[in-house]
Amino acid sequence: MGSEAGVSPASSLVEERGVASSAARLPRAAAAYLLVAPFALVLLLFFVLPIALTLVVSFWSYNEYSITPSFTLENYAGVFEGCVSRLPELCTTFKTYLSTAKFCVSVWALTLLIGFIVSYFLAFHVRSPAVQIALFLVCTIPFWTSNVIRMISWIPLLGRNGVVNQTLTAMRATGEPIEWLLYSDFAVVLAFVHLFITFMIVPIFNSMMRIDRRLLEAARDAGASGWQTLCNVVVPLCKPGIAIGSIFVVTIVMGDFVTIGVMGGQQIASVGKVIQVETSYLQFPIAAANAVILLAVVLMVIWGLTRLVDIRKEL
Amino acid sequence: MKEGRPASFYWLAIVFALFVLFLYGPTITILALSFQGPEGGLTLPMNGMSSFWFAKLWAGVGVIDIWSAFARSMKLGLAVMVLTVILCVPAGLAYRMRFRGSTALFYVTIASLIVPSIVVSLGIGFEFRLIDEAVKGLAEAWDIDWLAESYTTAMGLFTSALGAHLSWTLPFGLLIMFAVFNRFDRRYEEAARDLGATSWQTFRHVVLPMILPSVIGIGLFGFTLSWDEIARTSQAIGDRNTLPLELQGLTTTVTTPEIYALGTVTTAISLAVVMLALAAISLLRRRQARHGSDAGKGLV
Repeated sequence: MGSEAGVSPASSLVEERGVASSAARLPRAAAAYLLVAPFALVLLLFFVLPIALTLVVSFWSYNEYSITPSFTLENYAGVFEGCVSRLPELCTTFKTYLSTAKFCVSVWALTLLIGFIVSYFLAFHVRSPAVQIALFLVCTIPFWTSNVIRMISWIPLLGRNGVVNQTLTAMRATGEPIEWLLYSDFAVVLAFVHLFITFMIVPIFNSMMRIDRRLLEAARDAGASGWQTLCNVVVPLCKPGIAIGSIFVVTIVMGDFVTIGVMGGQQIASVGKVIQVETSYLQFPIAAANAVILLAVVLMVIWGLTRLVDIRKEL
Repeated sequence: MKEGRPASFYWLAIVFALFVLFLYGPTITILALSFQGPEGGLTLPMNGMSSFWFAKLWAGVGVIDIWSAFARSMKLGLAVMVLTVILCVPAGLAYRMRFRGSTALFYVTIASLIVPSIVVSLGIGFEFRLIDEAVKGLAEAWDIDWLAESYTTAMGLFTSALGAHLSWTLPFGLLIMFAVFNRFDRRYEEAARDLGATSWQTFRHVVLPMILPSVIGIGLFGFTLSWDEIARTSQAIGDRNTLPLELQGLTTTVTTPEIYALGTVTTAISLAVVMLALAAISLLRRRQARHGSDAGKGLV
């Protein structure tokens, strides 16, 4: 456990024996290349190359009829048009990023809080391993079902005549149905938390399960209160899980256009949606420029998060 | 020494119960609502019980041919499942040996997981458009008439969409393989080699049976991630949509419980696949426990 996967494939025994018997077999390096080649090729063709092309196309020029290979910064200038000159008033791009960032922060805070509490309960309060596995499955199974279906499943609850409004009206808490429950920022955040909390629970739970229980006992014996143990022992040891979960949640929210589209009633702007709309108008170079900027922002966020932990140690 | 439950246990248990309700409540609501009577609407209360909306769904939703989208998603999901397994298992094996570029490939794999899907999708879209341009250009330049006339696009279900899905499922698969081999006891392989097994025999008869539950897990990831995928597919699918993409479109146009019926059907399929995989995994684990080590059971 905990050895750096792949980078330093542990056991030196195997290495030595490999050398001794390699005469009869394929050289080990060649075998490794053969085994990994198809995997690497698929990623090259469907991930590395597309990203590289996006970068290249973002410098191409275009007009209504055609796209021409060239080197121009116009697309980037177009994205940030008026962003500096009109300050302090925000341009569309900044507004969109600001709105996306707000979603990011609120969804991140909520998933972290709820995910941590749920994982903590599962890891430290459920004593029987069988029950633990069962409850963990209960938390993860919805992850396997369709996101769109899980989004629209809020309609009967949050709609104008939905359960929440019916209940509130019956209790005479509100005179009129509340309109902002569905197709609103609220609905978007709710759906994000509902859909992607699994990405927070799984890594945090994984980190917690690796904590040596004797450390908690030691903390208690040394006179720490429950709260002190939580803050000074559990949370620091969960940092890797928290970072991995955060990276997932933040990158998903940053690039999302489906959830924001469906739950925002197609009215709320997001970076992903801007890219999608531009593509549908065949404005590829400017869509590519937007994608490159989005990518840069996401990478900066991840870079910040990985400063906190070495993720590779956690696999 | 057994201690009583601390008070915090009960508070946390309540929070956990509420969380489960939050997780499942909405889905259960629409599962129930899909059995609305013919007069029923999109919200509670139930207006009778019937399978009316399923019958309507069976007949087709509006102008969209939902069942061929269904078939396309199913085929694609199965292809992604198979490819994810047969690409990730060897890659996982390769990572147990030292090879140049392993660190770079590792980072590329992680990047494929965390680069926003819309960016990847857009890139794959470009890639195929450029391929199309190139093919058309070549066909004209070399006067290959049949190609110039009949060629439309290379983009499609089993080209660009398949690739887009794999860029999403392969990282999950490789990470599972890492987790598996980090916990794998190499002495079993050494024992097999000492007994004269070839590399293939060692893999086939020792390693594979031991990692099979996780391999099924990889397949499960492959199928279900593909079955529900929207963001990566969106710009890379061409003109014939997969089921989730159709569903996304239907959310704005369909205002009857029919869409819940469709939701019930797709959720049922996802759950069936998950249950099947979990059952297979636990069956294999039990078999391993039965046939595994006989250490400590005495000599006779």
